Amino acid sequence: MTGFLLRRLAQSLLLTFGAITIVFVVLRVIPGDPASLMAGDEASPEQLDAMREEMGLNDPLFVQYLEHLADVVRLDFGESWRLGGDALTNALERMPPTLALAAYAMLLTIGVGFPLGVYAARHVGGWGDRLVTNLSLVGQALPSFWVGLVLMLIFARTLDILPNRAEATPTGLILPAVTLSLPFLGWLARLVRNGTLEELGKEYVRTARAKGLGSRVVFNIHVVRNTLTPVVTVFGLIMGNFIADAVIIEVVFAWPGIGSLMIDSITNRDYAVAEAAIVLIAVFYIVLNMLVDIVHAYLDPRTTLENA
Amino acid sequence: MTAETTERAGVGRTHRRTVVAASVLILFAAVALVGPLLYPYDAIATSPVDRLLPPGSRLEDGTLAILGTDQVGRDLLAQVIAGTRVSLQVGLATVVLGGLLGLVLGLLAGYFGGPLDAVISRLGDMQLAFPSILLAILLAGVLGPSLLNVIIALAVTRWVIFARVVRGSTLATRNLEFVDSARVLGAGHTRIMVRYLLPSCLQPLIVAGTVQIGLTMVAEAALSFLGLGVPADQASWGATIANGRDYIASAWWIAAVPGLALTLVVVCVGILGDALQDSSDPKKKVSA
Repeated sequence: MTGFLLRRLAQSLLLTFGAITIVFVVLRVIPGDPASLMAGDEASPEQLDAMREEMGLNDPLFVQYLEHLADVVRLDFGESWRLGGDALTNALERMPPTLALAAYAMLLTIGVGFPLGVYAARHVGGWGDRLVTNLSLVGQALPSFWVGLVLMLIFARTLDILPNRAEATPTGLILPAVTLSLPFLGWLARLVRNGTLEELGKEYVRTARAKGLGSRVVFNIHVVRNTLTPVVTVFGLIMGNFIADAVIIEVVFAWPGIGSLMIDSITNRDYAVAEAAIVLIAVFYIVLNMLVDIVHAYLDPRTTLENA
Repeated sequence: MTAETTERAGVGRTHRRTVVAASVLILFAAVALVGPLLYPYDAIATSPVDRLLPPGSRLEDGTLAILGTDQVGRDLLAQVIAGTRVSLQVGLATVVLGGLLGLVLGLLAGYFGGPLDAVISRLGDMQLAFPSILLAILLAGVLGPSLLNVIIALAVTRWVIFARVVRGSTLATRNLEFVDSARVLGAGHTRIMVRYLLPSCLQPLIVAGTVQIGLTMVAEAALSFLGLGVPADQASWGATIANGRDYIASAWWIAAVPGLALTLVVVCVGILGDALQDSSDPKKKVSA
């Protein structure tokens, strides 16, 4: 187990390094002249020269890369010209709203998706089952930013029962959280449904029934508990997807999270902040995936043997 | 009803659904091909008197605006038709470009294995280390708004998926007897890859590609919605939805119509992808 943990940790570090490298390539190598990209079209040649000197763009690319890596390791992403101050601090400040939104959406996804999946498994072919199947098909196909607008139109503009911008109140986050959870709600419900059906066919269910337990007890005590295992592991996957999807949902609902910060920074050429934001999200994503694997290995030790 | 007839009925329903989905997609493809010729869209031609008219209104010059007009009086139907072309173009071009890149790299990685495989696979892992939409947003932002740049940004984020599929089938095939016999008969690396391994990769690649067309179209709409996609002088469903956001209370149709079109196409592509997946799985094939 310790070996597995160390390997997984080393892998995550490598992935983080890779993510930082990819962002470096996109921001510093692809544009040809990052100085004119960052300064905009109006900058004078003198300004551009000064900027190139300041950014170290006159050095060979490899030197630039190493210096950049050294900066990132010291958590120095540079200054934000738009917001002022350290880029990473700016990005970190916008992380809690995103996490709050994602947590809210997670509550919804599990709180509704799990019971729905169990219900569908108990009544295969019934309305609940059909709902789960269709929800998982359509829910994943719907463009989430558009669903957000439609919900806003119905509940905020027409019925006027919810605010149309995201607000830090219990009702203020309902619409963005529902928008965020919708694609994964149906998916989770279907996963729980299929898992439950699979468990129901196993021998321990027959044993439990044979020793005289009622079908309700067998279902609630034995089967449901075993279907919880996959839910724990998809928890991290869904959370990672929430953080990614939140980028667009935050823009739709004007929620001051890290996603809307990233978009604002890119459209305003504030690349120091954009880089800090994207690296922060990537690290979060990588750590989540690592935790998922570790939890999975803990719950089902066969996975470690396979990877070893 | 016996179990067999229930199964038949289920197959019949799936089949009907696939036919409907395929028909809808053919319709959209036809609209993308000839629509802009019959019903041209001009991003610059504005008509302030006709602004924000609901679907079915008469314009100032007497023509019917079936889907209404937007905030500067442009016909929404023409705009959605023009957007159909952009959307399908991006979807197809991205999948073809990403698919080719994935095919070549996946074949090389699967066939040669060793350090080449390690480099290609690790590169893919690193790229998947963060959500693909973030990389697409960053790339599109740096490259600037243009149709080609959107396609490049999205293809770069998709190649990994295809490469993994191709690498998997190459690994499964490369040690089979017919490949060994070809090698014994003196076939070179290129010949083995192209003639013997490539055909077995195509089926899974096509299934993956179909699913990705839908996802790519959503990603394009998202980029254009954020203002990082196609430039403002070209219509895109995402950009039209973004326009409609500001008028959601007074003119809901601007955001609703392109969103519905996008949803319809993506659901149909999904159904078609499922059908392809099932037909490639012999276990699910029902003898007629």
